Amino acid sequence: MTNKRIILFAGHYGSGKTNIAVNFSVRLKEEGFPVLIADLDIVNPYFRTKDSEKELAEKGIELICSEFANTNLDIPSLPKNMYRVVNDKKFRAVMDIGGDDAGAIALGRFAPFISEENDYEMIFVANFFRPLTRSAEEAYEVMQEIEAASSLKFTAIVNNSNLGSETTAEDIVTTFDETEKLSSLSSLPVLFTSCEKKLCEKIKNNGKVIFPLELQSKIF
Amino acid sequence: MAEKVLMKGNEAIAEAAILAGCRHYFGYPITPQTEIAAYMAKKMPKIGGCFLQAESEVAAINMVYGVAGTGKRVMTSSSSPGISLKAEGLSYLAGSDLPSLVVNVQRGGPGLGGIQPSQSDYFQATKGGGHGDFRMIVLAPSSVQEMADLTIKGFDLAEKYRMTSMILADGTMGQMMEPVSLEAPELNEYDKSWAVTGTKCERNKNIINSLSLVPEELERLNFERYERYKAIEENEVMYEEYMMDDAEICISAFGIAARVAKNAINAARKEGIKAGLIRPITLWPFPNEAFRKAADKVDCFISVELSMGQMIEDIRLASECKKPVYLCNRVGGMIPSPEMVLESIKAHSKGGTK
Repeated sequence: MTNKRIILFAGHYGSGKTNIAVNFSVRLKEEGFPVLIADLDIVNPYFRTKDSEKELAEKGIELICSEFANTNLDIPSLPKNMYRVVNDKKFRAVMDIGGDDAGAIALGRFAPFISEENDYEMIFVANFFRPLTRSAEEAYEVMQEIEAASSLKFTAIVNNSNLGSETTAEDIVTTFDETEKLSSLSSLPVLFTSCEKKLCEKIKNNGKVIFPLELQSKIF
Repeated sequence: MAEKVLMKGNEAIAEAAILAGCRHYFGYPITPQTEIAAYMAKKMPKIGGCFLQAESEVAAINMVYGVAGTGKRVMTSSSSPGISLKAEGLSYLAGSDLPSLVVNVQRGGPGLGGIQPSQSDYFQATKGGGHGDFRMIVLAPSSVQEMADLTIKGFDLAEKYRMTSMILADGTMGQMMEPVSLEAPELNEYDKSWAVTGTKCERNKNIINSLSLVPEELERLNFERYERYKAIEENEVMYEEYMMDDAEICISAFGIAARVAKNAINAARKEGIKAGLIRPITLWPFPNEAFRKAADKVDCFISVELSMGQMIEDIRLASECKKPVYLCNRVGGMIPSPEMVLESIKAHSKGGTK
């Protein structure tokens, strides 16, 4: 889907960046690449990449995240080995960026290195069922805010529109128009539409590239 | 029905408050409820409302007191340690008979504790929340949709009875995302002749105050307040029963714990154990009658909580100690797993090891 060395997922918070980043890193690993996944989220206290630590380790994917993730220490810190993302060029690196411009600020310190290497795909994750990004215009606004905060430009869009476990194939299909609109507003290509595995069959006849997601099971 | 959107519990509370006509929010950030303030900061300026980040929780609750005195809908939100700071203000609101909505998205305690989910402010919410004789209506949502619905309900009850409604959620309820449909509710009109709105020299002035110089007068106010509390206990109890018709074991749980408990009950039923659930939606007033009736049918109660068993006392009182009440809990930010609850059900079912 992309041959770039660094793949960044950013977007409005709650758009599904972490799920996609975890699944995308698994895909890269299955394709035979050595893979790093980096959690740059300095906003969310719960539901983080670290929740998938075990599954990632089993697959041989290295996770770099705050040593305080999922602890009781509420501190927006990043570990020093985060620089491996830009320094250790034998890895394909997937970066999970925190939500909105507030979350994208953490990316700023790595932006000069990422720009210099110039081998990256920065992907805007859109969920048009989120109340503050219901339209392409609103999503585009968030996109520009993130670009300003991170000092990096988006290169692609993915449509991850969903209503959680209640998502139907019809729900996803209704967001295709808005995705196209966002694509023309931003002049960026749509890389894929992502959805839970069981829904993929039902939307594949729409001529879209589909990326199936394996979601974590819930206990509540 | 309104179309569905995907929201965090915290966002659902904020949006529901706006739909319920709240245009004044005062707060101070604290994990895991900060999204409420963040949402209000984004939305309020766009709709002519007021978002103000106060210099502290104490300041925020006193700003709530000020707006409440004018009869306008007002709210604040915080998490456990922040609610303790607001305790004085909650008492003053009660002493002045002012309506307000206060949200507590609980985290582990005591003290600074942690940022992970908890239900250990049950005592604080249901047994007072500050000094003096007073009550708060305590609403315990168990889904993101309920976070929204109970916020709307909370504003209504607060105005109806001129007191504080508290949404007692936990970190997981605040952070988890689910689809919700939100619609502006029909608002009930209540008498606000007590509000401080300017006399225009056309009426006697209203005074909002919790100080009584004469003890007989203070006693009278307390008696009157408790008459209102009695009416609430009679009219406003809310709870959900799940598979209670033939239940031999009654699980009691609210909020996130009730969701885990339902999964455990489904698993127990598959193994032939007749378990059911009473889920209090109002923690005060507590659904006494439901537990009193259940006590005549079931062998025992198991209270599933993210606390050291704070709800057990209420279950014992409601069931008049007719049946034993066991505890199945995790604390400190941990959540019981369905397997753990199932084990507890098995241990306490007939033939279990007790």
